[in-house]
Amino acid sequence: MAPETAPEEQAAAPAPADPVLAGLAEAFPGAVFEEAAGHDVARVGPDDAAGFAAAARDAGYTMFLDLCAVDHLHRRPQRYEVVLNLLDPSRPARLLIKVALDAPDPAMPSMTGVFPGANFYEREAYDLFGVRFEGHPDLTRILLPEEWEGHPLRKDAPVGSVPVQFKEPDER
Amino acid sequence: MSNPPDIVTGELEAADVSRRPAGASEHRELWLSGTELPPDTGRWTSEGAQELGEDAEGEALATQMGAGVRDDYLERSEVSDEETQIINMGPQHPATHGVLRLNLELDGETIRRVKPIIGYLHTGMEKTAETLTFAQGATNVTRMDYLSPFHNELAFSLATEQLLGVDIPPRARVIRVLMTELNRLSSHLVWVATQGMDVGALSMMLYGFRERELILAFFEKTTGLRMNHNYIRPGGVAADLPDGWEEDVAEILEVIPRGIADYETLLTENPIFMERTQGVGVITPEECHAFGVTGPNARAAGVDWDLRKAFPYSGFEEYEFDVPTGRHGDVYDRYLVRIEEMRQSLSLVRQAAERMPRGDYRTDDRKVTPPPRARIDQSMEALIHHFKIFTEGFRVPEGEAYQAVESPRGELGMYLVSSGGAKPWRLHVRAPSFANVQALPVMLADSLIADTIATLASLDPVLGDVDR
Repeated sequence: MAPETAPEEQAAAPAPADPVLAGLAEAFPGAVFEEAAGHDVARVGPDDAAGFAAAARDAGYTMFLDLCAVDHLHRRPQRYEVVLNLLDPSRPARLLIKVALDAPDPAMPSMTGVFPGANFYEREAYDLFGVRFEGHPDLTRILLPEEWEGHPLRKDAPVGSVPVQFKEPDER
Repeated sequence: MSNPPDIVTGELEAADVSRRPAGASEHRELWLSGTELPPDTGRWTSEGAQELGEDAEGEALATQMGAGVRDDYLERSEVSDEETQIINMGPQHPATHGVLRLNLELDGETIRRVKPIIGYLHTGMEKTAETLTFAQGATNVTRMDYLSPFHNELAFSLATEQLLGVDIPPRARVIRVLMTELNRLSSHLVWVATQGMDVGALSMMLYGFRERELILAFFEKTTGLRMNHNYIRPGGVAADLPDGWEEDVAEILEVIPRGIADYETLLTENPIFMERTQGVGVITPEECHAFGVTGPNARAAGVDWDLRKAFPYSGFEEYEFDVPTGRHGDVYDRYLVRIEEMRQSLSLVRQAAERMPRGDYRTDDRKVTPPPRARIDQSMEALIHHFKIFTEGFRVPEGEAYQAVESPRGELGMYLVSSGGAKPWRLHVRAPSFANVQALPVMLADSLIADTIATLASLDPVLGDVDR
């Protein structure tokens, strides 16, 4: 089953009720807030991403938890999505920051300047999805061998297998 | 250096113990979440290993920095600042808990830089998850963190159930709490065994595994397997608890506390253990936040954070338990926190066993749960559901879910994207060990190479979890 071909309409999103998120929405008019995955979600553009993450960190989302990429094969042109997972331990509240990236060469600024913990996660996203994080200190493969070709978690990467040769047994 | 070795005979005079810096080992107490801090003893700050003792000057300082370690070889000349060497520790090093490789840059015996190199156990399980149905998915994720398989299954099942919107019967929820807390115990027992062994307390290896065996035997009786159970599944659990489970749990509740008391006798006040672990591998709460360090490692640094309290799942809000929190963020506090967590887990197991409700152990939604065997002979629909679930699996509505559980190693999160089919479109596992290993350079910078092993063991990394 193909996922939706386009993200939901982004223009009509209301301002978030939460005061912290409302402050972020004011500072970043381009950001779209919604609720998904049972948590607050903010969609921002790739250029805003690092600035938005820094603002979110200063607003209380101090805990960096996760960064991963998703390949929405049928979405065009923004086929890739990078999802950042931050946590405000004082309230407690979770914030997912989603950055949609263009195919075929997804790239966005690195988060390592904001959260040093993004280092390994960005290397993982680069390794498995080929997302380039500009400004990353050491953007190399992390899980796969260095000489590996391709990015296996992309949807157009086949599941590797060794072909098995079946043939009729010799009748004689 | 006083007492230089006699160059002719190589003999050393007796070491002068009075030069040991004050406060090198001390008795410590944990504080519980929500209570006031005990008064600081004043000798230790959060800077731990980075801090120089109050009266550390001259020779005492040299001792503290490790330069005063006296060995049976002749003293070497000073190493210049530029002269560093890079050594590889692992991947086949017995103390790396799997196949982790550490690239260490050394200046003499002091670590300047560390780079963890991972991926040796990578088997593409996130890709595999996209080829398995939601019903089969628990089989896959249970193999990631092989010391706490129930937590992997629970996180996957909760994420799937969040998308499905099914209700889980009370008995299944309590069974899940019972099994995951027992799993936390068995995981921490492996940790105390390996931590003890890595700092030279070899008998801990035997004791830890001895007690763990009791819990694994109960797991085998309940699930059929000692590890990789595939027991917690979307919709409930795979089977009811076996007959006589109360006696087994009662035995666990009786034996394990005796074991914990033994470990405490052997380690907590042990001067060698204290010397090897206090002020070693220090990380601050701010660094924990920035690097995504969670679980006991963060709590030992003073981060008062437990997902079971903050975002309760499986009814954890109905249980009474404390969250132990350390203050120094060093190896010794991680030891204390985990020991206390084992006691809290025992209390949770007792509470779960006492309140175990009657009823079904899986949801009665026939689109998710296969029908009982007897129904298949009587009902055509039951046969169809059975066939559909086991051939093509159940469909999960389009959407995404992020569900995190407090695994023995920290926040274990499953980010699940469904496109409306029977297989996940994307499953990302937020593995706690991955983030913890990433913070190793922070903990190890400027410490001695001998502390690497103690620090690495105290992180309790599972490389299957790191590499997935």
